[in-house]
Amino acid sequence: MTRYLVNRVLGMLLVLFLVALFTYMVFFLLSPDPAVQICGKTCTPERIDQIRANLGLDDPFPVQFLHFLEGLFLGRDYGTGASAVHCSAPCLGYSFQSAQVVTDMIVQRLPVTAVVAIGAAVLWLLAGVIGGLLSAVREGRFTDRFITALTLGGMSVPNYVLALALQYVFVVQLQWLPFPQAVPFADDPGQWFLNFILPWTVLAIGYASSYTRLTRANVIDTLSENFVRTARAKGLRPHLVWRRHALRPALTPIVTIAGMDFAGLLGGALITETVFGINGVGKLAADSITKNDQPVIMAVTLLAAFFVVVGNMVVDLLYSAIDPRVRAGATT
Amino acid sequence: MSLLRVNDLTVKFGDVTVVDGLGFELPKGGSLGIVGESGSGKSMTSLAVMGLLPKGALCTGEISFDGIDLNTLSERRMREIRGDRIAMIFQDPLSSLNPYYTVGTQIAEAYRSHRSGVSRRAARQVAIEAMERVHIKEAGRRVDDYPHQFSGGMRQRVMIAMALSTEPELIIADEPTTALDVTVQAQILDLLAEVRRDTGAALIMITHDLAVVSEVADTVVVMRYGDVVETGSTEQIFSDPRHPYTQALLDAVPRIDDEIGDLRTLGGGS
Ligand SMILES: Nc1ncnc2c1ncn2[C@@H]1O[C@H](COP(=O)(O)OP(=O)(O)OP(=O)(O)O)[C@@H](O)[C@H]1O
Ligand SMILES: [Mg+2]
Repeated sequence: MTRYLVNRVLGMLLVLFLVALFTYMVFFLLSPDPAVQICGKTCTPERIDQIRANLGLDDPFPVQFLHFLEGLFLGRDYGTGASAVHCSAPCLGYSFQSAQVVTDMIVQRLPVTAVVAIGAAVLWLLAGVIGGLLSAVREGRFTDRFITALTLGGMSVPNYVLALALQYVFVVQLQWLPFPQAVPFADDPGQWFLNFILPWTVLAIGYASSYTRLTRANVIDTLSENFVRTARAKGLRPHLVWRRHALRPALTPIVTIAGMDFAGLLGGALITETVFGINGVGKLAADSITKNDQPVIMAVTLLAAFFVVVGNMVVDLLYSAIDPRVRAGATT
Repeated sequence: MSLLRVNDLTVKFGDVTVVDGLGFELPKGGSLGIVGESGSGKSMTSLAVMGLLPKGALCTGEISFDGIDLNTLSERRMREIRGDRIAMIFQDPLSSLNPYYTVGTQIAEAYRSHRSGVSRRAARQVAIEAMERVHIKEAGRRVDDYPHQFSGGMRQRVMIAMALSTEPELIIADEPTTALDVTVQAQILDLLAEVRRDTGAALIMITHDLAVVSEVADTVVVMRYGDVVETGSTEQIFSDPRHPYTQALLDAVPRIDDEIGDLRTLGGGS
């Protein structure tokens, strides 16, 4: 098990390194000269050269990439002399446009993104599993068809449409929810919570729909397994047949997928955060794309990759804890 | 009085009749072989006895077990009999065991669901004893292993241990050896014969293989298209088959005695 773990962590580091390299390369090759951006409107070629030299932009790609890695692990300084800015590890870069260290920009926004992701995940797991179970139990009947129709809708409506529609209905027309205002949790927990209801719902609806279908399919498949027949043949009570022999195998794969989806969301929900004016990582990404703020775009991309890769590993470990077949495979 | 009497049993899926007025009798402690080609309704017959027919099946007729008509019994009462007084062994032992639980848990589960107030510990002990009775070596250790850690033959032994843990009066084995390789088949048949001898349980052996029947059954029922073609003692069916279909089945199994002799020698060692 320990060896498996070490292998997994090493593999993960390699993947992250490659992702970093690739991302850096893309931005290195595609990006417009940051020196020009920094320089502003009243700019002379000499000034640009000076900035380039100052920031090490003249260095060849490998050197720049090494600097980037160095910043990631040890921290680094941008510029020289009095105007130098220190960026401590893990340094994800410096946004010249907002004159801020990118790591700080992200760290500020990560909590709210996490809140969005956690709330949505709780909602979609509850709705998806319950909906899927209901659907499976009532297979082919009205409830099943009704739920299936709902999920079809849930999967096909784009998030921004859903967000705008829900906002119109619940905030503008019915006024069940207050107009969203950014309030810190400590100031007004009630308002804070109400602010998140719509974003959570919007994010959850799409996931909940596919989880419902997945749960339904898994449960129906599992119920036709031979071992479920064995459980019945033993004379087990129906609730035990369900709980032990149908639900556990049916829901285990859902844990895996939920972990991955959740990790993906930690990288920021671009559309939903933007529509609801939530100042999270997703909105940061959207804003940076609009402003073409390269270092931030790159950092957010890396962060998302980081969450996906780490989430992947956590899920694998979790899976090996619940599925004995995987567990055995891991030790040999 | 016979242990099991099946009379005019009919199973239909809509308009399709898969078992058609079937009847047979099995005395206490007796053994009956049900043979027939694929699709002749053997499995449906056994599932009808267990009350486990798939959704959509309509079952009529009499299934009298120790004087109780199983076909009209409530699901609740049927559940008390299922796995306790009548146990079943299926064809594919791997898919018939739940991959998520240790074999010990799965054996104990059968026992615990029919005996009230049995502690986990006591049930585990029952599981170990049952595994010892089916000759699984180091049962005390293997009780905590998962199904995928066993070979095919060992898995079927686990299924048999599960069946006999509750000391049933009737064991129904639906093609228990079909998924196993030949040497292991003979061992499993020997084991079933031994279990019968030791516990006095009656056995219904379902198979399309007459060689298997000659090993374990006193009486044979030959089925075709959901009905009985011929019934008789095993010797009579083998030496003097009345029905051409039985004759055809016999012809399909060349040199039965030689083959079984071979299997015995091969399987005897381990
Ligand atoms: N759920 C079902 N719905 C409709 N027909 C079914 C269903 N299950 C089985 N049948 C039909 O019932 C008939 C008898 O099936 P059964 O499984 O009893 O055959 P069998 O004698 O056990 O054959 P085998 O040797 O292949 O196991 C088959 O023709 C099969 O197609
Ligand atoms: Mg069958």
